[in-house]
Amino acid sequence: MSITYLDAIREAQAHALRADPRVFIYGQDVGAFGGAFKATKNLAVEFPGRVLDAPISEDAMIGLAVGAAIEGLRPIIEMQFADFSTVGFNQIVNQAATLFWRTNVSCPIIVRLPFGGTSGGGPFHSQCIEAIYAHYPGLVVLTPATVEDAYSMLIEAVAIDDPVIFCEHKFLYRHLKAEKLPSEALPVGKARIARVGRDLTIVAYSAMVHEALEAATELATEGWQIEVVDLRSVKPLDTDTVIASVARTGKLLCVGEAWPWGGVTAEVIARVASEGYGLLDAPPQRLNAKDTPVPYHPNLWTAHRPTARAVATAARKILRQ
Amino acid sequence: MLQTVSEPRADGAAGSVAGAQLAAYRFMLKARLLDDKFAALYRAGKIHGGVFIGKGQEALSAATGVSLKKTDVFAPLIRDAAGRLAFGEPIIDAVRTYLGSALGPMRGRDGNVHRGRPQTGLLPMISHLGAMISVVNGVLFARRMKGISGSVGVASLGEGATSTGAFHEALNQAAVEKLPLILVVANNHYAYSTPNSRQFACADLAEKAVGYGVGSHSVDGTDLAACLATLTEAVGNARAGHGPQLVVANLLRLCGHGEHDDASYIDPKLKKSPLGRDCLKVAEDFLVEEKIADAAQLAVWRSETIREIEDAVAIVQREPAPDPFAEKWCAIASVHLGETHE
Ligand SMILES: Cc1ncc(C[n+]2csc(CCOP(=O)(O)OP(=O)(O)O)c2C)c(N)n1
Repeated sequence: MSITYLDAIREAQAHALRADPRVFIYGQDVGAFGGAFKATKNLAVEFPGRVLDAPISEDAMIGLAVGAAIEGLRPIIEMQFADFSTVGFNQIVNQAATLFWRTNVSCPIIVRLPFGGTSGGGPFHSQCIEAIYAHYPGLVVLTPATVEDAYSMLIEAVAIDDPVIFCEHKFLYRHLKAEKLPSEALPVGKARIARVGRDLTIVAYSAMVHEALEAATELATEGWQIEVVDLRSVKPLDTDTVIASVARTGKLLCVGEAWPWGGVTAEVIARVASEGYGLLDAPPQRLNAKDTPVPYHPNLWTAHRPTARAVATAARKILRQ
Repeated sequence: MLQTVSEPRADGAAGSVAGAQLAAYRFMLKARLLDDKFAALYRAGKIHGGVFIGKGQEALSAATGVSLKKTDVFAPLIRDAAGRLAFGEPIIDAVRTYLGSALGPMRGRDGNVHRGRPQTGLLPMISHLGAMISVVNGVLFARRMKGISGSVGVASLGEGATSTGAFHEALNQAAVEKLPLILVVANNHYAYSTPNSRQFACADLAEKAVGYGVGSHSVDGTDLAACLATLTEAVGNARAGHGPQLVVANLLRLCGHGEHDDASYIDPKLKKSPLGRDCLKVAEDFLVEEKIADAAQLAVWRSETIREIEDAVAIVQREPAPDPFAEKWCAIASVHLGETHE
């Protein structure tokens, strides 16, 4: 049997619906149709009345989830694409994210964001906006990179008493496969060493973990041993695991598919520079998408986002120092 | 026989019409005097930030509050002191929030009109206009999912907020889900300084209900008896399963947008029109005329209420302010997932 990243997300939701009567799913086309990506396929049949189509009203979808959470339920909101969550941005960052701090009443909602670039996606179906959510206090922002994490982190997210922004990468949906679903997992908030090495630490998350691993394989043929850290969660950010890795390698490259300004890579580098300065043998570097909207044509798109080849090139520059 | 209720009570299914009018009037009076006190404290420099009062809108607000049961849901807005009191918010919650007491429901973390207790059905507004409507929808939606029937929810709004996308999304959502939502719009003809002519182009906001497929009600917001009759009907319709109801009340705000504002932009002709009547005075004249209360009784209630408010302020002024060193500075409930980096 082989299970895709997308199957894992569907299975995690089925598990949550089965295990917890407080869970329901609300989003555009998630009902009988099973969702634009089929992440809720057949769930409306299996769980009648608990997997419901929403009007095209991202603001009201999140508002409804907050009200339902106040009433003790555990809503999962599917945004059809992460890009459209900006229409519900106000409710996420001002309503959901402030509720607990203001009132001591927790706000356990999950907002699933199918995010990141795919070939032909273009400017409005490709965005990586995790940093903008991570910027706001009151939110947990998760970015699983593997089938196993997509499953276990989504199940764990349902148990978290806070708003969780669950960034699931569209490029990984059908592309990544595993033999079976995991029975145990690292807890949310802990980064994972995806590959052990001693010459350079590459910190990445979501789809970029796979570009980093591919680059590491290529660099191994040149004799370099690259350590790859998969952040798993961008907020909270597991600074300890990153710094421990830099302590072993002395060099840091941070890779993100998002735009560079004020992003996750900038945050990681700021932390390592201020807390692990003495551990660094070379200036820490980062690689991000270019500071333009995400282009449509594959020729432009593959040049816009970091690829394994671009990661390897950036890594070589640091390794030669 | 004059009624001698010493404590007003809201019971949602108000026994007699006169009883409801009297109860609502007393919440109006309480709200007016409480607002006056906050305005005085503001002028004395005793309040951090702004003060936003509901002078001229108490009839609508009180009528809304008394039409609800304690088990309903209410998302008041900035001019709803009367409705809040009628729904059961104690005076001291308002005073503690305005004065930033650590013992208040917001513990100094939020202030003035941004207060509530979600678990009692009183939702604490965020500033962003229109944003509370879908939250009310969510509570009602969840109750239905849990098999709890019979409760309704009110969201309050100014006419300015009907121009937001959030208003549209949420009213449409409530209509699609046939939720027992009552949207109470106080059309006070100005959104801060912006007149209706720059806010919307339809002849009557109540007409919007048709487009959403929800019930529509218009009322003179300066007339307590009319507001009560309309709210009773709208709440009754929602409770009976007839879906969302849009109530539009026409009135004028008899104060600034906040206490920092002299409202010099309000058209004097409007002030002199029937819309510019003071609803509290109208209600008092009505109660006396209908022999529901007499002038002496009104005077007693006024002085009792002033004492009650002064007592609350005196208590709160002795209470501790929030302590930045005791503050946990963690915005999430899952402390183990909190960010420790500054
Ligand atoms: C989304 C949003 N935009 C702007 C503001 C700033 N603001 C606060 S109150 C107000 C006017 C509101 O007018 P209305 O809705 O008619 O209510 P009223 O003050 O008249 O009771 C404005 C513009 C806000 N709070 N929220």
